[in-house]
Amino acid sequence: MTDVMMPDQQELVPAGRDAWRMFLRNRAAVAGLIMFFGILFMTFFGPMLYDEDPNDIVARPFLEPGTEGAPAMGTDYLGRDVLAGVINGGSTTLTVAAIAAVMIVAIGVTIGALAGFYGGTVDTVLMRFTEFFQVLPALLFAMVVVTLFEPSARTISIAIGLVLWPSLARLTRAEFLRLRNLEFVKAARAIGSTDLRIISRVIFPNALPPLIVSTTLVMGAAILFEAGLAFLGLGDPNTLSWGLMIGLNRGNFLNAWWTVTFPGLAIFITVLSFSLIGDGLQDAFNPKLRGR
Amino acid sequence: MTGVDTTPSTPASGAEDRTPLVVVDDLCKVFPVADRAKIHAVEHVSLQVDRGETLAVVGESGCGKSTLAHLIIRLLDPTGGRIVLDGADITDLSARAMRPHRQKMQIVFQDPFASLDPRRTVGRAVGEPLRVHKVASGNELEERVANLFERVGLERQHARQFPHQFSGGQRQRICIARALALEPELVIADEAVSALDVSIQAQVINLMMDLQAEMGLSYLFISHDLAVVERISHRVAVMYLGQIVELGPRSAIFENPQHSYTKRLLEAVPIADPRRRHHRPLLTDEIPSPRWGPGEAPERVELAEVEPGHFVGVEAPTG
Repeated sequence: MTDVMMPDQQELVPAGRDAWRMFLRNRAAVAGLIMFFGILFMTFFGPMLYDEDPNDIVARPFLEPGTEGAPAMGTDYLGRDVLAGVINGGSTTLTVAAIAAVMIVAIGVTIGALAGFYGGTVDTVLMRFTEFFQVLPALLFAMVVVTLFEPSARTISIAIGLVLWPSLARLTRAEFLRLRNLEFVKAARAIGSTDLRIISRVIFPNALPPLIVSTTLVMGAAILFEAGLAFLGLGDPNTLSWGLMIGLNRGNFLNAWWTVTFPGLAIFITVLSFSLIGDGLQDAFNPKLRGR
Repeated sequence: MTGVDTTPSTPASGAEDRTPLVVVDDLCKVFPVADRAKIHAVEHVSLQVDRGETLAVVGESGCGKSTLAHLIIRLLDPTGGRIVLDGADITDLSARAMRPHRQKMQIVFQDPFASLDPRRTVGRAVGEPLRVHKVASGNELEERVANLFERVGLERQHARQFPHQFSGGQRQRICIARALALEPELVIADEAVSALDVSIQAQVINLMMDLQAEMGLSYLFISHDLAVVERISHRVAVMYLGQIVELGPRSAIFENPQHSYTKRLLEAVPIADPRRRHHRPLLTDEIPSPRWGPGEAPERVELAEVEPGHFVGVEAPTG
């Protein structure tokens, strides 16, 4: 009862609760959330439930699923269990996507916030810098970065982060431009709040919803990027990932469809889940759709 | 209209200090626009606000009165002139150096729906100035916020709610509470009641007048509504195209207007009594643009004192 001054997190509750209700009403978004948790569950608990080393040769190569002695998803060109690969390959993909997302948000929000808040020369310089990264051929640049340094999960994450942050920076800048002239921001200035306080405590919380949506979507893009690099043989050859599986088996697609299809489906479902969640959040944060 | 006491308290009733609280001297604000042209939003404005008094600045939209308010509270940087607050020149102070002076003056904005952060409880909004200036914290802060809510006619429990749960009038009370948190000497009201219904306007005006009597506040009251201005002000400055064309005590401006623009503004005030209503020439012509091409500048209006404290812009003798 004494909580007249509630901490920041709790203050967001009413808006958050509304948004959550809107989100739950969106069936596609809920399906996306279930898919995402399914993938997470498989990645974390799958290896315990299906105790098979994805690098072990368990049977003859190219055993089609359903044939005698074949694992549930068949075997690849070396006779390794495809199901074990799908289960164990997710952690690399998700880790890379998560690290890349953190980088994208850190760089994108910082640069976008400074450009949008200060405007003028700061804005011009930062936006030219952003455009430089934006016009780089993304895949090529990532390939160069990965080739120059060792192709580890960390390098790949950094490469992905470096090519995907500009979109978030531009969005953050636009939100800051929109919000910085509102009267409650002027009021914060008139009170004597420092710039840092205005950026982090006043504008940023109000810019958050579209940034969350965008981050979800960018994570889907990061996963595709990781898969693309692995497919081209630029992934870490010693670390199993869905993209690597597709890359290694790509020559056998026509005679052994299962070797490529199952890891492909795993990527598809993961990216789709991020997309659906992102769309759902977009609707949930849109005040015009509230209360329907 | 509604209240019994329709006259503002005498200025400086509680204040012994007779030096003016704010002195604005020859203040200018020129915005550069495309094609090397310039918008002369505020041109050579000089005025002062005494302690405990309400100075109203009136004029049509676009005349620069809001820019003037923003300049004085240093949300905008002037291009010329000086602003002296309580004896200290604050014209060129950096944001950091400005901070202690901000405790002495606060602003209430026009739009009660835009001036509160939708994601913060109003209690947090009202307590924010105290937190920023590290004046109070913890229970003391809570208690001061609760007192501020009661002072502006709200309940202390309201502090826990969010802006969208309040009406426009209540929100403006909250904004006034926030402006009063640091116990300022000057409150700038930038069209503070213009967005409210007439009945709510009267309540908020009464509140502001009560607070003035109680705390000895000075107001710089920016408005286009002469009926409201007549109610609250001690002195009135009439602005036209960024310049002051007439400045004087309320009675002088309303009963003995001298400048042709002031007269026309007064003629445009709606009269509630139909028997007193008659056909009047209304202000239908648009005000000329304050935009000037390269090398051009507006002609400076010279003020002449026609009676003690009543200044009128000298007009060219044209029909």
